[in-house]
Amino acid sequence: MIYDIAIDGKQFHLELARAERTWRCRLNGRTLEVDAVLARPDVLSILIGGKAYEVKREHTAVDTHLWVGPARYAAAIRDPRSWRGRRGALGEEAGPRKLMAPMPGKVVRALVAEGDTVEAGQGILVVEAMKMQNEIKSPKKGTVQRIAAVEGATVNPGDVLAIVE
Amino acid sequence: MFRKILIANRGEIAVRVIRACRELGIASVAVYSDVDRASLHVRKADEAYHVGPAAAAESYLNIGKILKAAEACGADAIHPGYGFLSENPAFSQACADAGVKFIGPAAGSMELMGSKTRARQQMEKAGVPLIPGTSRALASAEEARDVAAKIGYPVMLKAAAGGGGKGMRLVLSAGELRPALEAAQSEAQRAFGNGDVYVEKAMINPRHIEMQILADEHGNTVFLGERECSLQRRHQKVLEESPSPAVDPAMRRRMGEAAVRVAQAAGYTNAGTVEFLVDQDRNFYFLEMNTRLQVEHPITELVTGLDLVHLQIRIAAGEKLPFSQEGVQLRGHAIECRIYAEDPDNNYFPSPGKITLLLAPSGPGIRRDSGMYEGWTVPIDYDPLLAKLIGYGTDRTQAISRLTRALNEYFVGGIKTNISFFRRVLRDPDFAAGKFDTGFLDRLLQSRQAEPAGGDIEIAAIAAGLFAILDQESAASNDASSLVAGNGKRPSAWKKTSRAEAVE
Repeated sequence: MIYDIAIDGKQFHLELARAERTWRCRLNGRTLEVDAVLARPDVLSILIGGKAYEVKREHTAVDTHLWVGPARYAAAIRDPRSWRGRRGALGEEAGPRKLMAPMPGKVVRALVAEGDTVEAGQGILVVEAMKMQNEIKSPKKGTVQRIAAVEGATVNPGDVLAIVE
Repeated sequence: MFRKILIANRGEIAVRVIRACRELGIASVAVYSDVDRASLHVRKADEAYHVGPAAAAESYLNIGKILKAAEACGADAIHPGYGFLSENPAFSQACADAGVKFIGPAAGSMELMGSKTRARQQMEKAGVPLIPGTSRALASAEEARDVAAKIGYPVMLKAAAGGGGKGMRLVLSAGELRPALEAAQSEAQRAFGNGDVYVEKAMINPRHIEMQILADEHGNTVFLGERECSLQRRHQKVLEESPSPAVDPAMRRRMGEAAVRVAQAAGYTNAGTVEFLVDQDRNFYFLEMNTRLQVEHPITELVTGLDLVHLQIRIAAGEKLPFSQEGVQLRGHAIECRIYAEDPDNNYFPSPGKITLLLAPSGPGIRRDSGMYEGWTVPIDYDPLLAKLIGYGTDRTQAISRLTRALNEYFVGGIKTNISFFRRVLRDPDFAAGKFDTGFLDRLLQSRQAEPAGGDIEIAAIAAGLFAILDQESAASNDASSLVAGNGKRPSAWKKTSRAEAVE
């Protein structure tokens, strides 16, 4: 298996092949022998040269993080053999970007209109959850192509709220 | 003793009270709203009754519905927990009128403490130290000007009926006073239907230290030591400890005796908390009394060895306190972290959702009071407190190291939590030295220091690939085992694992 992986924005090329009871792993050209057990879904026990790591995966509708001990890393993966490798998953800035609801909540109002020019980090919509209002911010500088969210509507994590071109 | 107690609350505190009931051999009754049918308190209770829709005003805050449920199930007492109806004198009174014992103080004590100016007048008489200021509503802008000049700027304007920061204004100089007074009065009028405002000397970054008291219905009142509550964000406590690094035995006795005078002046019964502000010279001033069980009560339980909920129930049942002040001994140190469903990457905004993975810490000196479980969906409708993690040790250093260890074991997947934030607080040198005040967390968060730079970024990359492969395999094996269940034919991944285990 061959993967292109981004961890906190840093690119890795990873090849994994099953050996007897372990994995032969080539990471950016370096070879390692890795013993791995999926202790339970989202919890991986890894041994490399006797050194032990527990890696936990935190999945939400919009992103994935990996915890190695107390350190947390943003992770994005692309399998080059897959034609459906997601554009933008590795953090490319070009092209339209979707603003997705990070949590379940209610759309309070839109702060901009379709066609408006916005800066990176500018508030696009307000979503309320647990009695608090949260601004959903633009991931990039650009033009608001579409506001998909309707005021007063209930949204679920991953729902597309707006698109910035 | 009571036979059956209804818990008019939800979340971790409802579970806490249900456990106490079970320990005392009392039947427990949960109430729940539409979105809490699957919540932990409903699963843990002996009986559970639906009281209305998600909106608290129509369920957990609805006195009529709660009392109807209590009557229908034959509960002889109600525990209000904290929040919701716990500090509502009308509820305490309605329980008394309905012949159901309210586990908490009488309506009169609550009403007195609910009015900031009346409480100040009463405490002044009882000789409790107060922040310099007025104990009556300001009659005019001229009076405000004279008092402010006398006590010295900065001053704080506060609503007499206040709470939650409404009707409050910090005034730095005489020029700002009149517009601030008018704004505070109109805000208080809108929020509380009462525009009375009084003035106090403003304390900049004081410590916030509170004293736990217990009073039975036979005139005995004791104090159980203090809790240090200075670590706050948006005026919300997030981490508390007992004892406070700023309090020595002599100061503890003086604060404790003042707290007992506060309780007695209010004719207070059951568990209560007297809050003080403490300045840099360690002078303490009465702030207010919380007429309920506090969120952070477990740290007092750990250092005193007492069970506050058991004692609340016993006191409400008419029993005398089973110990005197001399019988209260503090031992060791306890620190509590409030685990909230909130996103540290997004300004600590609430993060409800489904908990897909829950790894809970355990081991020496760790207590966890939790309202969540794996597979549960945190509703969007209530306070984001999920659980409390408490570390206990022989001394403060050991409590910190145990709590840090436990935070590293704690993992909640599927939603965001503030667990990583506590690791940051606990390793801060000023926190370790006990040097902090109510401004500490804001300063810490502004410093923007992230988790220590991970040296394990390559491990994360390898793990990302392994997860991708092993996910597919386990999905395939799950499908296969559900198809072939019971016929002994195992899919290959499963066979491989069992073989590997047999070798070891």
